[in-house]
Amino acid sequence: MSGDCRSARGGGDLQRSQPLRFEFDGRSYQGLQGDTLASALLANGVHLIGRSFKYHRPRGIMAAGPEDPNALVTIRRDAARSTPNLNATQVELYDGLVAYSQNRWPSLRFDTARINDLLSRFIPSGFYYKTFMWPRKAWHSLYEPRIRAAAGLGVASTEADPDLYAQCYGHCELLIVGAGPAGIAAALTAAASGARVMLCDEQALPGGSLRTGTSARIGGQDAADWLRESVQKLTAAPNVTLLTRTTAFGYLPHNMVALSERLSDHLATPPPGKPRERLWQVCARQVILATGAIERPLVFPGNDRPGVMLAGAARSFLNRYGVLPGARVVVLTAHDDAYQTAIDLKAAGVQIAALADMRTDPAGPHVEAARSAGIAVRTGTTAVGTRGNLRVTAVGLAGLDSNGAVAGAADWVKCDALLMSGGYTPSVHLHSQARGKLRWDEATHAFVPGAAAAGCRSVGACNGLIGAELVRVFEQATAAAADALRECGIHDQPGAIAISKELAVSEDRGASGGWIGALPQPAGAKAGKAFVDWQNDVTAADLKLAVREGFRSIEHIKRYTTTGMATDQGKTSNLNALAIAAQQLGRAIPEVGLTTFRLPYLPVGFGGLAGYARGDFFAPVRKTPMYDWAADRGAVFEPVAMWQRARYFPERGEDMHQAVARECAAVRRSCGLFDASTLGKIEVAGPDAIEFMNRMYVNNWSSLAVGRCRYGILLRDDGFVYDDGVVARLSDDRLHVTTTTGGAPRVLGMMEDYLQTEWPHLKVWLTSTTEQWAVIAVQGPQARAVLEPLVEQADLSAAALPHMAMTRGLVCGVPAMIFRVSFTGELGYEINVPADYGAEVWRAIWASGQAHGMCTYGTEAMHVLRAEKGYIIVGQDTDGTMTPDDAGVSWAVGKNKPEFVGMVSLRKPALQDPRRKQLVGLLTVDPAHVLEEGSQIAAEPGQRPPMRLIGHVTSSYYSSVLGRSIALAVVSAGRSRLGQTLYVPTAHGESTVTVTQPVFYDPKGERLNA
Amino acid sequence: MLKLKAARTLPARASALGWRMLDPRSCWSLRVDLVAAAGPMSAADLPLAIDVCRAATRGDWSALWLGPDEQLLVGLDSAHAQLAPRLAAALDGVAHSIVDVSHRQAAIELSGPGATRLLAMGCPLDFDLRSAPVGFCTRTVYAKAEVVLWRQDTQRFQLQAWRSFLPYVTGLLALGSQELTAGI
Repeated sequence: MSGDCRSARGGGDLQRSQPLRFEFDGRSYQGLQGDTLASALLANGVHLIGRSFKYHRPRGIMAAGPEDPNALVTIRRDAARSTPNLNATQVELYDGLVAYSQNRWPSLRFDTARINDLLSRFIPSGFYYKTFMWPRKAWHSLYEPRIRAAAGLGVASTEADPDLYAQCYGHCELLIVGAGPAGIAAALTAAASGARVMLCDEQALPGGSLRTGTSARIGGQDAADWLRESVQKLTAAPNVTLLTRTTAFGYLPHNMVALSERLSDHLATPPPGKPRERLWQVCARQVILATGAIERPLVFPGNDRPGVMLAGAARSFLNRYGVLPGARVVVLTAHDDAYQTAIDLKAAGVQIAALADMRTDPAGPHVEAARSAGIAVRTGTTAVGTRGNLRVTAVGLAGLDSNGAVAGAADWVKCDALLMSGGYTPSVHLHSQARGKLRWDEATHAFVPGAAAAGCRSVGACNGLIGAELVRVFEQATAAAADALRECGIHDQPGAIAISKELAVSEDRGASGGWIGALPQPAGAKAGKAFVDWQNDVTAADLKLAVREGFRSIEHIKRYTTTGMATDQGKTSNLNALAIAAQQLGRAIPEVGLTTFRLPYLPVGFGGLAGYARGDFFAPVRKTPMYDWAADRGAVFEPVAMWQRARYFPERGEDMHQAVARECAAVRRSCGLFDASTLGKIEVAGPDAIEFMNRMYVNNWSSLAVGRCRYGILLRDDGFVYDDGVVARLSDDRLHVTTTTGGAPRVLGMMEDYLQTEWPHLKVWLTSTTEQWAVIAVQGPQARAVLEPLVEQADLSAAALPHMAMTRGLVCGVPAMIFRVSFTGELGYEINVPADYGAEVWRAIWASGQAHGMCTYGTEAMHVLRAEKGYIIVGQDTDGTMTPDDAGVSWAVGKNKPEFVGMVSLRKPALQDPRRKQLVGLLTVDPAHVLEEGSQIAAEPGQRPPMRLIGHVTSSYYSSVLGRSIALAVVSAGRSRLGQTLYVPTAHGESTVTVTQPVFYDPKGERLNA
Repeated sequence: MLKLKAARTLPARASALGWRMLDPRSCWSLRVDLVAAAGPMSAADLPLAIDVCRAATRGDWSALWLGPDEQLLVGLDSAHAQLAPRLAAALDGVAHSIVDVSHRQAAIELSGPGATRLLAMGCPLDFDLRSAPVGFCTRTVYAKAEVVLWRQDTQRFQLQAWRSFLPYVTGLLALGSQELTAGI
């Protein structure tokens, strides 16, 4: 059947006066406002929507909701806004929508990869584990990429996502997931209490199963009228937030529930600035899950042809979208619910060619209603196959004997749609994600919620009330809401709604029945493929094969066959797969157990998860007060931790090496200006400040005089160097501790950890002052001359302020701390001024320096200058496995200290082994050759792999002032090798080096103390 | 002798609907045993916040409870110079640490009906008045930045962030304002 399949009946979601145009695979169609892409395609008689994952079999729409495994499409707005793998049943139609089918070539109707279906006996479950074993290397380069490409889904856009994605946190006393009858009844109950209630539903319109169509009347009204009034009440309540198009996809600890709200995907032209999605992280005191149930397909040969659909889905398409699934349909069921579908379709003018019920003696109001509607019911009947290619054309029905075995030949009944129902599976996904237990309910043949996580309740169909009378659902939902409110301390609940009145239900029919597993087939018949997992193309035979091959655990069977592992996560297939495996294993279903439910419940786009954290907002980008000045001068920046630091300041076409050489030369010749603001700073204050520092750092701080500085080293408790920095004693009870740029947060964290857990009695407090101070380093022989005109109330002379001393004074009238320290080996000062004044003081010093040939330098020159002096950088010359002795700074370790962090570890024999790697200098025989950092070092030349290697290069630069390359390295027993020749293998042959002391420039420190 | 103009310059001065940068203020981290300090601080007419996550105001100065022994003192920039001597006198003999952090952080004011929604975009706390009443203050996060929040009125909050995090925080607030303006 093609053409117009729109019925005048049903269509509760439609606005029939608003036609919309849309395109599918390049062809134009008309739909209506309120349609989904699936309903609009069906309305146009289009059942062939996609090709299956592995066998490329033609597939149609099986379900009406997000559980549909087949109808994955790509929706394209433009090159960047092209979203693959969307479920046509979830895509709301808008005018101009453009959709494409997936996984087919050259076209949906003729797909060459259909050959896979014919070759299927050669590609059973796990075929890639068996077939593609040799050669082993080819798995990564050839087999896996080919298999992945062949078994593809849609193709994601490679352009940057131009859309906005919002995020927010939500808080409420009660979160209700699912706005079907149960969720709405719970929300009405809670709304009256004044508590904050959030009610979310994945559909565009609330109502759930009420929209699918029910004969019931509620509170004396049609169900549809009751629904409309209830939603109006909830929308008007100030304490209720009703979120539609919002999927609760993750249930995290402490009732934190993640919701994905779709804001603009349903709009033809999303307004500029409107986010596409909003990710809600809801902290709910109590949660009610009213997530309903998902209809189970029946497993029989040929059950995947386009036109084979779930019976409840067909009723949904009729009653919500006014769409007829076919002109002549067969209904095959094991559950009463499908009778209502047959009745509704017949009333809409569809011919019911047969209503086949697998049960031998179905009875009850549904059966009676069907019979009185003139529908012939064939009892004790199963399906043994279907015919048709791109659409089902006939189904073979066969009788079952009293043992449930197929008896007699098939009766082939012509049809253009086959509607099936194996009953319903409660949607326990979120209950399970919350770590709730599941219980097998023999009566309904379903896993239902058992013991729930704290503050989590399931109500309605997801709690096992499958096909139950609505009044029981209402009882359960209102009681759960009242309980949840009491848990929140809300005992007084005036205006709670009465089941007997507002929710009084009449003309309702409870439904029962159900079937799990494969349908019985004639003995010895050569059956076609009976699909269990439509999306991953897993058949009943695949599952049986897995058991035959020795798999016992359902988790292993799942992974071997890939059942339940597609984007739908087995929503329609898991229970059938479990039943087939259990039967094959000869065990009961609850003994075999379920696989784990993981988040997300439905696929969530990366954009929504990333939210604001992209581009400039991926992470904070920290800049110093002098950043703008440096940027204006064309500085090239490098990220250091979260900071942007000026790496070098190129002039007139210089590359980095030229700029660095010029900057280094200026510092050695006259003076340089350097932004050291990012250095971590911690004020350690209190009567026990010195005691605390004695315990934390390796140094002896008791002997540090006020106004003096000392190079400090911090170890971890394993004895390895963790951080270093200059520490100044500001007063008797106050120290100014500096750390590395990257180490600042973790050093403060480690100090707080020890202070709070090991020594809580010490009267000392730690305050981060990293950002309080802008730090301006002035380094070089002219440093004093540059600064002196700007400084008041401080004496910068060598006598008054020697190396490693500090004083306070005014710099440009700003109160400052002036440290005489040097990381360059030159006369140097670090001026600390309150950060708001940093840029202006910097400019003043720069102006003063012009007469002295001052140059700004960046981190790269700083690295060269310090390497010339053999000063280590923690994290570059150390790697987390070096002791102070390894790093050549054991002189800093205080002697006779009773304790410090790492002291005990340093006594371990392994840390005192003379063969440990020690810091040394290396000079290449070829002075122009700059070794690569990280290069390995060998003692003997000309080795072939595997080589015996004794160390590696940690720092390596060309030193302009020395006119040659220099390197720092860690070498086994390095200090005993001074003068030895070693060999560094490089990409261009071996480089010969000589081991030296690590100080290359001014070893006596005369310049430092100038 | 080169002298600077007195004005302090803060990064990220832009403001948008629902929030604005506040002028520089005087901020001090005070670490002290609250029991020992309560009397002396009161005698010196200085505030001390005793209740957990609540602010106390006395005269021109407010104290924000940030931890069992941690208070953030906030006052006008013009009163900055007076505080250290006043505190030193008041807490003479009481072990404590007082550290000037005025330049470390800056304050943003969020106000109006959108204030809590702007905050909810980056902060996981519940701003319902029952859990965060007027006077509520805490150290928390805004997206990936650490901030101090202080509810000064039902619809007015002060948010303090370290200076290098301000462009990040204000940029996010600007994005959020756009969302609120668009009514979405």
